[in-house]
Amino acid sequence: MISKDEILHVATLANLKFQDDEVDSFVNQLDKIVGMESNLSSVDTTGVKPTYNMADTNSVFREDKGIHTQTREQMLENVPEVEDNLIKVPTIVDKEDDE
Amino acid sequence: MDIKKETIASLHEKLVNKDITAEDLAAQTVENIKANEKQLNTFITVNEKAAEDAKKVDAEGINGPLAGIPIGIKDNIVTNGLKTTAASKILYNFMPVYSATVMEKLAAAGAIDAGKTNLDEFAMGSSTETSFYGTSVNPWDFSRVPGGSSGGSAAAVAAGEVVAALGTDTGGSIRQPAAFNGIFGIKPTYGRVSRWGVIAFASSLDQVGVMSKRVEDSATVLSVIAGHDEHDSTSSEKEVPDYRANLSKDMHGVKIAVPKEFWHEGTHPDVLDNVNKALEAYKKMGATVEEVSLPTLKHAVEVYYVLASSEASSNLQRYDGVRYGYRAKDVKNIKDLFVNSRSEGFGDEVKRRIMLGTFALSAGAYDAYFKKAAEVRTIFIEEMNNVLKDYDLIMGPSTTTPAFKIGEKVDDPLAMYMNDILTIPANLAGLPAASVPAGLADGLPVGLQIIGKPFAEQDVFNAAYALQEENKFYEQIPTALKGED
Repeated sequence: MISKDEILHVATLANLKFQDDEVDSFVNQLDKIVGMESNLSSVDTTGVKPTYNMADTNSVFREDKGIHTQTREQMLENVPEVEDNLIKVPTIVDKEDDE
Repeated sequence: MDIKKETIASLHEKLVNKDITAEDLAAQTVENIKANEKQLNTFITVNEKAAEDAKKVDAEGINGPLAGIPIGIKDNIVTNGLKTTAASKILYNFMPVYSATVMEKLAAAGAIDAGKTNLDEFAMGSSTETSFYGTSVNPWDFSRVPGGSSGGSAAAVAAGEVVAALGTDTGGSIRQPAAFNGIFGIKPTYGRVSRWGVIAFASSLDQVGVMSKRVEDSATVLSVIAGHDEHDSTSSEKEVPDYRANLSKDMHGVKIAVPKEFWHEGTHPDVLDNVNKALEAYKKMGATVEEVSLPTLKHAVEVYYVLASSEASSNLQRYDGVRYGYRAKDVKNIKDLFVNSRSEGFGDEVKRRIMLGTFALSAGAYDAYFKKAAEVRTIFIEEMNNVLKDYDLIMGPSTTTPAFKIGEKVDDPLAMYMNDILTIPANLAGLPAASVPAGLADGLPVGLQIIGKPFAEQDVFNAAYALQEENKFYEQIPTALKGED
């Protein structure tokens, strides 16, 4: 069983928030899905190596050289707020939250 | 000229003979898409510059087989100067400043980008209903879904808007909509096609593939987009064959394995009936068909949803409202900016997957879910590879049912996830797999799934081609479009 508190904790980790009325249906749905996923515990995986990626090479090396593919203007084209050719964001240090 | 009846080869011939110019073909394609748009909603963005792009191809000459051929592009593949949204509000205004490698390759071959096709948001879904831009509809029955997540690409091809379209397939997102729309669709081997410039969903599973009415058209396109790319270190250095030139419908001596677990209890009897008929046809063509077992298949959906969601939660952390995409208003601090932009920008299904993934990767759950799923994946890959030691191909239904009604499953995520049970195995094992039309069930198309050995796309194309030439399904016009001409 997944609890409401657990869902709210996971939401914090995921940088998401939910309206109060959304949370209960989310808890219900995720509980069912995680319940389905829990069937995995019935498979004996003693001594089995996990498969995390599918590439047939482990490491790829390339020459360490700088290649300029985009201009600063291009890089900033999709930025929602730009000031003086820099990305503008809200205050990073929030004094009230600063412990 | 009616594009619905054309193939890449027939269009190529007309272009070479100057019966039509690439510019006219592109203009007609765009006009046609726009005329259909209200009804089908297959495209998110039409390429208004298509005719202009095609004019350059006319000037340079019709050289390769794709020169001047308009192709639909799933809107999770970035295209320089053409809006790319992944069907999400969070990318509603995203204008890429570079093109995906597959787009560079198509452009080098002279293909024309007809526009960006609709999909489930971030390719997460089996019905195109999670798109921020509304669902596309199935050309066989407008009250039904076109499948997902490449539903727009599939419906565009089935409706004859384009002869071929690119899709992506993470858990069946090319094969399931191909089956629902009565067309051919192939997901190549993991690593066959570069993923550079493809908006990431689950990096160990995603692969770009092709959809078309005819097998030979997908063969032509896949040869163009496949191959190594220095931008994607998971892309294979293996040589790319000319799949089209090597097409053969000779099935003599081909060994086909049919996993008994593919005969899932929930599978519609008409689906099984059509698939059985296809298998009988292969026997008559000289192939052997034998039953095998994949005991771990029953856990495939569980493995998939743990791993795909975990990878998605990681890949989707980059959407924070800072450098591109939707940015929430009235925020007090940077944390607010991240949380509000993501919470307002992502749809419910995407949030559900991010939550599932974040949970599976969290401290208390990592071993029991993420690591465990990755271990079960290893066992499953071994089972698939063992079968393919003795057999050339694995076959079964592509989907458990024909296209379902719009709205039928959208509120039941678990029922929706079970749609993918037959297509997920090929993704978990990284194998090439296709869906080819097998027949009709109550007027709706049914697909046969063909899975091959790693990098044996040619075997998959050949088997699909053999069935296509047997049933000539491509001659059928989608029911809901009949009488419109």
